[in-house]
Amino acid sequence: MRWLGPIVREIFGLFVDDGSLALIILCWLTVVALLLPQVPVPLAWRGAALFAGLAITLAWSCLRHIARIERHTG
Amino acid sequence: MDIGWTHAAPSILAAFFASLVECVEALTIVLAVGSVRGWRSALGGSGAALVVLPAIVAVLGPALARIPLNIIQIAVGALLLLFGLRWLRKAILRAIGVIPLHDEAAAFAKETARLRAICGAGGWDMAAVAASFQITMLEGIEVVFIVIAIGAGGAGLLAPASLGAVAALLLVVALGLTVHRPLANVPENSLKFVVGVLLSAFGTFWVGEGLAIPWPGGDWAIPVLIVGFLLTAALTMGLCRSRLHRSLPIVARMEHS
Repeated sequence: MRWLGPIVREIFGLFVDDGSLALIILCWLTVVALLLPQVPVPLAWRGAALFAGLAITLAWSCLRHIARIERHTG
Repeated sequence: MDIGWTHAAPSILAAFFASLVECVEALTIVLAVGSVRGWRSALGGSGAALVVLPAIVAVLGPALARIPLNIIQIAVGALLLLFGLRWLRKAILRAIGVIPLHDEAAAFAKETARLRAICGAGGWDMAAVAASFQITMLEGIEVVFIVIAIGAGGAGLLAPASLGAVAALLLVVALGLTVHRPLANVPENSLKFVVGVLLSAFGTFWVGEGLAIPWPGGDWAIPVLIVGFLLTAALTMGLCRSRLHRSLPIVARMEHS
């Protein structure tokens, strides 16, 4: 069963590479699911809010990676 | 098939491109195993994995059918977002040269060197069988997940997703039989970029559907989300490039190190 170890690691690695990116995505989905319905915004805007949060998270994660490289090399 | 092309076409494309990337990676290692340790063991290991993989689908498929659709849409949508945004992030960073591109030729050379170092035995070469079984299982499970994730989002979507994955497998097998060497010229990063965009759009749509968020235009929101993630990725690349330009001395140092 030793071959199972790399497969389990590979499956986990499918979804989680940068831990903070995965965490923020899950946090944002929780916010959209639980908190956004409490805010008086039109229903149609919730889809736009869901997308906007994910788009900002992606851009932030890439810029953060570059900032980290700058810190390590400079 | 009682589904519109707005759903079926992106499902086929997403499954095809994602599976293509995984199949190319598996082919590289199976070719390395076959050329160093013999084709019988290499194909035997791959064949065994290709028997196990449909069994996983056969077990998971009926189990998923018992879970309420909105729960599946939220769970699968979240997994697709984790998977898709991770690929998109990596593709953006590779495109601007911050992290190295995946090199199939290098992977082939590394695997052949590793296998040559292992002593062989007569009959079935268990090291070779294990190596090709493991890589086919690893990449195959990714393909199975992609197909199930894309197919679980709505009724009738499993067939187009499976069609895309099977087409990718057949294409890679045909190319492998023809060229007999790693497919180093496949634009893997561009494929990962496209797949990242498609899977992120699907993930956002499924999560929204699962949470009963009414998408303006219904299914037409999928192509709009695809364009949205494409623009986001392009904008992010621009922002990253301008930030790198501002720190050119650092980049120059990185290139020379």
